[in-house]
Amino acid sequence: MKFHTRRPIALAAIILTASAALTACGSDDGGDSGSDSSSDGGGELSMTMLPKNLGNPYFDTSTAGAEAAAEDLGAEIEEVGPETASPDAQVSYINTVAQQGKDALILSANDPEALCDAIDEARSADVKVITFDADTNPDCRDLFINQATAEGIAAKQLELISDQIGGKGEIAILSAAANATNQNAWIDMMEKELADNPDYADIELVDTVYGDDDDQKSFDQTEALLQNHPDLKGIISPTTVGIAAAARYLSDSSSKGKVALTGLGTPNQMREYVENGTVESFALWNPSDLGALATYAAAALANGDISGEEGDSFEAGDLGEFEVGADGVVLLGEPFTFNADNIGDFDF
Amino acid sequence: MSHTDVERPDSGHDGSDTTEVSASEALLVEPSRLSPTRRALTTVLRSRELSIFLVLVAVVVLATTKNNGFLFSSDGWRNFLLNPSILLLLAVGQAVVIITRNVDLSVGSVMALTAYLTGRLFIEQPNIPIVAVLAACLLLGAVLGLVNGVLVAYGGVPALVITLGTLYIYRGIMLTWAGSDRINAGDLPREFLQLGTRSVLGVPLLTILALVVLAIVGYYLYTARGGRELYAIGSDPDAAVLYGLPVRRRLLAAFVLSGALAGLAGALYTARYGTVSSSVGLGIELQAVAAAVIGGVAIFGGSGTVWGAAIGAFLLVTINRALPSLGIEDFWQRAVVGALILGAIVLDRVLAVRQARKLAESRDHS
Repeated sequence: MKFHTRRPIALAAIILTASAALTACGSDDGGDSGSDSSSDGGGELSMTMLPKNLGNPYFDTSTAGAEAAAEDLGAEIEEVGPETASPDAQVSYINTVAQQGKDALILSANDPEALCDAIDEARSADVKVITFDADTNPDCRDLFINQATAEGIAAKQLELISDQIGGKGEIAILSAAANATNQNAWIDMMEKELADNPDYADIELVDTVYGDDDDQKSFDQTEALLQNHPDLKGIISPTTVGIAAAARYLSDSSSKGKVALTGLGTPNQMREYVENGTVESFALWNPSDLGALATYAAAALANGDISGEEGDSFEAGDLGEFEVGADGVVLLGEPFTFNADNIGDFDF
Repeated sequence: MSHTDVERPDSGHDGSDTTEVSASEALLVEPSRLSPTRRALTTVLRSRELSIFLVLVAVVVLATTKNNGFLFSSDGWRNFLLNPSILLLLAVGQAVVIITRNVDLSVGSVMALTAYLTGRLFIEQPNIPIVAVLAACLLLGAVLGLVNGVLVAYGGVPALVITLGTLYIYRGIMLTWAGSDRINAGDLPREFLQLGTRSVLGVPLLTILALVVLAIVGYYLYTARGGRELYAIGSDPDAAVLYGLPVRRRLLAAFVLSGALAGLAGALYTARYGTVSSSVGLGIELQAVAAAVIGGVAIFGGSGTVWGAAIGAFLLVTINRALPSLGIEDFWQRAVVGALILGAIVLDRVLAVRQARKLAESRDHS
């Protein structure tokens, strides 16, 4: 009897496993879901916005900025994108853009290398390719709109913490992982700036701890910081996870209001803590400006106003005039400061 | 430690060798021979839990001498009690499962799912009562635990494999559901966030909740028939079947309990940390297993208590809090936890061997 009952179960198990495996491989079909209705004719520019993924508040904000800029320019822009941020998911959208013969593609690349073949094909079909937020290799796109430089980020955070603690006292840094390249670059620059800049002579960096971009660990590390350094005046957390966890800890501890906190965070994460007075201000670039600048740059390229060479300059509406730097990089500018007065204007 | 059978050998002795038997041996062979107070005292003094508790006290004393605020500041005292309470819930559930000679690795993913569910419920229904949210999390956790239980009890596949599978499946469901979305403190009602930090008579609410759960489960395991049967199943699953114990039903109950407690832990996590991202509870299942093992729950089942697991949870969390305060580097913090686990397992093994020898000796003796 056992033989007879076991076989179908084994068979069912095999079928189940196989079908799971096959459907996983075959589910890559979201490629053409973008609308095909784009008009190619006419003098109007047509552009496509391809964020890392859809349904991401950060990119919703950058697309809103891009749409406003497109309206200002009289251009047409359409957003397409995958559900999840994986490199291969973006390839089919890039191919579609090339087939549609759009004037420009604005994308945030999920991989610096993997998208290059598809982008090359699009560029050979005369599509201008502008990356923003996350770059590809410099030789496979026309321009990269850089949100902020490492120097700008480091300087801004020191400026904010110095303001909040009145220019003197002990500070500490709550970072992400101990081997995160960008974090360490910022920390190095902050250390250098603290040592060199006479404005910061009375500020002492007493500790750097790592929360591994994990809510719980960042939370515990904040507690340890406060305990080990009773005279601590301020914490800089240049990571969105770290700053939110530290704010959560501070907001219901006895150090609230005594220890300042700043760093890089998103308004949605920090709204609660800015409103209840735990955090005075923090920094990040403004994704809306970033999307708008990318759109103006795309239009300038597609119209032939600039060629993308170093030293070219173009107008970007309210944002002012921008110049193309080395390697085809356009810098948005200093990080944007969020505080109680403006945090209500943002939703990302 | 396999003296935890359902029925203790009935006393049929003639009293002739009473004088030769030491208290420890009497406790092992025939506890009823000692007076109740003496028995209780000896049990406590010889328990695994006591040694772990002493280690905990040592850690706290060391950290407090180094830094007074570790225990005696208002924040320090609160964190000492509050931080372990979520892990404590998971460790209690885990201990019950491990006692039946199984393991539940899916608790971290269950916790992540219910943590996200909590946030989602508050966003969709801002006026939903907190009790309803807690109930929903308990329910979802219980259902996910039931899935584990059914697969383990009826599939005949080791729980390690089953729950490793559901660990990934549940996490996958959570990732699909949440996507890049995250729950922020601003999305949650203030009263709910206060639940995570409020204290009653100097004891945080979450800790009280965890201790109540601990007391109920501990009492049930120690006194109730169902609880004792869990030990019997873990001591020797085949014998439990032959003896006619409702093994499958008990296993289902153990997994449902573990799932439900993980579900509750998810809701409390959201209340405590106020942020839910896709990485919630990543790896916490191993901490729960570690807490249980350090607390003297034998990994091969049949032995240990939830009291021990709870102290183990306290010890793990407190060590993680204390070591940065003592100025010990990150790497060594993890190494210390590893050493504790190894120490606990070696101690288990040594005690089990010694006990088997003693039991054999006293059998030969009589």
